[in-house]
Amino acid sequence: MKPKVAFYWCASCGGCEEAVVDLDEDILKVVAAVDIVFWPVALDFKEKDVGAMPQGGIDICFINGAVRTTEQQRMALLLRAKAKVVVAFGACAQLGGIPALANLTTAAEILQEVNHTEQAEGLPRLFDSVFPLDRIIPVEYYIPGCPPTPRIILAAIEALLAGQAPSLSDHALCDECPRKDTRPPDLLLPQLHRIPHYALDPETCILAQGVPCLGPATRAGCEARCIGGNMPCTGCFGPTSRVRDFGAKALSALASVVAATEEKEIDTVFENLPDPAGTFYRYSLPVGRGLPPAAARRGRPTTTGEPYGNHT
Amino acid sequence: MPDAFEPKIVAFFCNWCTYLGADLAGASRLKYAPNARVVRVMCSGRVDPQFVLNAFARGADGVLIGGCHPGDCHYQEGNYKALRRFRLLQRLAEQMGIEPERLRLEWISAAEGDRVRTVINDMVEKLKALGPRRVGQGPDRPVKDLAEVS
Repeated sequence: MKPKVAFYWCASCGGCEEAVVDLDEDILKVVAAVDIVFWPVALDFKEKDVGAMPQGGIDICFINGAVRTTEQQRMALLLRAKAKVVVAFGACAQLGGIPALANLTTAAEILQEVNHTEQAEGLPRLFDSVFPLDRIIPVEYYIPGCPPTPRIILAAIEALLAGQAPSLSDHALCDECPRKDTRPPDLLLPQLHRIPHYALDPETCILAQGVPCLGPATRAGCEARCIGGNMPCTGCFGPTSRVRDFGAKALSALASVVAATEEKEIDTVFENLPDPAGTFYRYSLPVGRGLPPAAARRGRPTTTGEPYGNHT
Repeated sequence: MPDAFEPKIVAFFCNWCTYLGADLAGASRLKYAPNARVVRVMCSGRVDPQFVLNAFARGADGVLIGGCHPGDCHYQEGNYKALRRFRLLQRLAEQMGIEPERLRLEWISAAEGDRVRTVINDMVEKLKALGPRRVGQGPDRPVKDLAEVS
């Protein structure tokens, strides 16, 4: 009997679903090898179909997207109850992803600012925080990336079907970067540049050109596709296993290669880095060691009003 | 009547200057606020931003980094590295709701025992005015049980 596979999405942009389709003709191999029992984006299944499944009725469940609403939470819990193996698929499910940058503020503030409204009755409620999947349900495996590349998706699916754990590289992206030989060993940057204002040379190490590239802090495995497109790494594969807080480490890596030594000089260099949180925690705000789960509320008391230190 | 708020400060002092400065403050029997927990590191450049954010996440009200004066670093330029990280980290911390007063970098030499006292006293005073860090988990922590939501 073919293994039963489910795909589901939570707070995500749809790019992960598209990444599955991007397998091109390889998707035929996958489809031939498995029975797809739930994939609302592509096929007509309903929540009640999942509800009717027995426990363990799904062999492998891929969930992409972070958990932002009560509905996503309910689906995650339901799928967990039915699935033998749950895979957090993509940066949002693994680390919180871009939706989790909303953790810098509260749901109420976002609704006010964007929609001039409050939480609506009868609709799924927004949590104040965006959660990576493993904060809601136990997760067996992770496939990183925004989105995961076709190569690692296929490798992961093949491994899972063979009953093995998907393997991930545990080196920094710089290790597999095609431009690594152009990075000087004693790199010191006199200034930083912003991408829209700078014509990047397509051959030279992007960091050496003064454009913040998070390759030194990011897990390899993506085949340096952004670098191939002449764009810096933004860190979507997350940290290697030796790093606890991706953003802090990425900040550290960048600050270390700036040449300035005077306070004013340093501040001038960093003026070209207008959004440190969005730069260094673009995909991993809720999983940083530095931030409590509900993230910062700009120091204001919440309804619980507990000083954070009392929770630990 | 709750006890008056006593801020917890995690202080990373470099082995060659600020830690010796603190040692001198002790040997000189200077009295200062007992709120700082000193962690000795070999150099202020060893202070990984992860340490700082971790200290805040684990309940510190303030983090103080002490290093050698510019030009005096035992390892030539570790303190410049610390300064660059600090300037950027302070902006990052502010975005995350950690006020700038809670994160402080000071150059204190081995001869400046009195400066240790002034800096710690001053930081304690400012943190008391600021109050404890209030970053709650929010009213809506997710539940872990399907029965609670269906």
